[in-house]
Amino acid sequence: MTEVIRVPSSVIELPDPPERTQPGDLNDSLINTSTWTDEMVTQAGIPIVDVQFVTIGGGIGSFIMVDFLRVAGVSTDRIKVLTNIETPWQTYEYLTRVSQIPRQERLRSDSTGMPDNLWAFPSYAWRESRQDKNVAALWSVLVEPIFTDYWTPRAATVFEGIEKEAHRVRWEEMVTYGQVRMVRKRVGGGYFVILTPAPNTTPTKRVAYRAQYVHISVGYPGLRFLPDLQEYRQKYHDVARIVNAYEPHEHVYQGLQARPGTVLVRGGGIVASRVLQRLMEDRWNHGAQTTIVHIFRTYIDGKNAKYGPARRKGASGFAFQGFNVPKGSWGGQLRDKFSELEGDQRAELYRAVGGTHTPHRKLWLKQMARARTEGWYQTFQGEVIDVAPTASGRVGTRLRQKSGGEGFIEADVVIDCTGLEADLAEHRVLADLLQHSGAGRNVLNRLDVERTFEIRGTRNGSGRIYASGAATQGGYYAGVDSFLGMQYTALRIGDDLAEAGFGERIGGARALRHWWKSFRHKII
Amino acid sequence: MTPTFSGRIQTRIFLILVIGIPWTLIITPVLPAQRGDLGWQSAARELYPVMFTALAVVLVLGIVVWEPIYHVLQQFRWERDWPSMFQLLVVIPEAIVAWFVVREVAPDSAVGVTKVTFAVHVGTSWLLMWLFIEGPIRMFNIRYRFRGGRILGKW
Repeated sequence: MTEVIRVPSSVIELPDPPERTQPGDLNDSLINTSTWTDEMVTQAGIPIVDVQFVTIGGGIGSFIMVDFLRVAGVSTDRIKVLTNIETPWQTYEYLTRVSQIPRQERLRSDSTGMPDNLWAFPSYAWRESRQDKNVAALWSVLVEPIFTDYWTPRAATVFEGIEKEAHRVRWEEMVTYGQVRMVRKRVGGGYFVILTPAPNTTPTKRVAYRAQYVHISVGYPGLRFLPDLQEYRQKYHDVARIVNAYEPHEHVYQGLQARPGTVLVRGGGIVASRVLQRLMEDRWNHGAQTTIVHIFRTYIDGKNAKYGPARRKGASGFAFQGFNVPKGSWGGQLRDKFSELEGDQRAELYRAVGGTHTPHRKLWLKQMARARTEGWYQTFQGEVIDVAPTASGRVGTRLRQKSGGEGFIEADVVIDCTGLEADLAEHRVLADLLQHSGAGRNVLNRLDVERTFEIRGTRNGSGRIYASGAATQGGYYAGVDSFLGMQYTALRIGDDLAEAGFGERIGGARALRHWWKSFRHKII
Repeated sequence: MTPTFSGRIQTRIFLILVIGIPWTLIITPVLPAQRGDLGWQSAARELYPVMFTALAVVLVLGIVVWEPIYHVLQQFRWERDWPSMFQLLVVIPEAIVAWFVVREVAPDSAVGVTKVTFAVHVGTSWLLMWLFIEGPIRMFNIRYRFRGGRILGKW
């Protein structure tokens, strides 16, 4: 059994609530039949609600999609958001907060990656410049990334913007809370989306939404531990000494402030950078006496990946890249390249520009250099052989070092910052889709989608299922797991829907008219 | 910005058409130049052909010489982006070269066009074009930023 990190949100499917004696439940015939008739659903006593467009997830991906459709002229009664989170940013805020990006800290996102503004004008840099009453942010986007690092918005700027825009497009009116159980094809076209509403909110256990268009945006199928750490947690039943950066682990920092200790950090991505920053600042600002040992599987000190004549830079163990994919992947040469490649060639391009990296930030480099000089930050490179408790009750890690020879590191706590993603099938809705609705996997083993983000193989009559976000990584667009990428995704889906007759295509006149409305925060 | 080569060419033509031409019409009568005794209307009539020639030179040199150079340089950037600052500052080399070409090809004029005339015209036009693609273009073309600067055609 793979241990999946629990997140109180759409990231992880919650199990069904304990059996209730309530009518209107799924029966064997429904569970085992891939395509349902209306009669099968009514015979099971499940009420049917008709709505043209259903989005599953209710996080930032759903929000961007719905926001786009509202601007495209789709009324609120034709859209339903099925979600188990209270606000669109809840899951995202949870993940960023535990991985050490509280509201006032900066994300790793471009100034124009704006969930709350499909025009991306004025951008976040404008917004923060206006709020802070100085031009620092604007100056920064002007000279980035040559004289300064890429400018990125504060988490708070993004969340507050979504809140305002949600009100403007009347998000609340479209939301129904509950747990989506599955999506199945319907005889005659379209789909049934089965929702398990919150307990005691409906007379039946399930409600079926009969929809022509379904959009699935459920975030990460799940997050996993490194296999050796997972083995340790299961074998020794010790969950206190090995934590994942994406689960709540504030107790680790509190404990280290109270007494000296050694922390082992695993991983070379942005989460590792964040965690290091927290540990180091706790030492400088809060009197912690922490010693940090950092294991890189590949220690990077100079140019690393190569694509065409360009090389990716790196130093101090980390590879540097502004965002989670090279910037040209969102709307430039790399977008075109990904879009035209198929199969192995696309997989090869993902490999060439992929890997683990973190943004170049002067602060982090300075902090690491200072910590090294002060003698309490050490780095190692190699493969972990195994992890086991030591006689003194600490965690011992055996390491096959790159330089040859075996190393042994004893630490009080291990923080896994690798952020491994779980398989698609860990998510019940996605697993069901693969099993019953004709969905398949792409070159990176994620959900196979068309260039329009329609899930390949799931079309049913005039019905279409689309997906956005991390679940579609590996397709014709590399930037899916980002705000900017989700804006692109919504645009492609919106254009495809408009062609099918759902909503208007947002052309020049509509864009301008609605931009003005949005600029004045006029409710639509 | 993350332009593609055809996006660069299309953007340059588009900007000259929608920003460069109207701006030249507006600013030419008030450009600093040696007008002598000419009234402002006759002076403007004399100046327009020269200033539009300047605009055409920036356009043609851009397409034939500069954009291919920028495109090649961009390939050496890991992010395959073209920073805003580059987009703004390239006007300096472009304007210097364009000045020498304009001097050769511009029609004769009764108004004396100086380096200052030229610099104010090209500088302000470029600044406006740059400002326009840095944001306002997205108000009515929401696909521009995802298409590498291409304006024509589909996805």
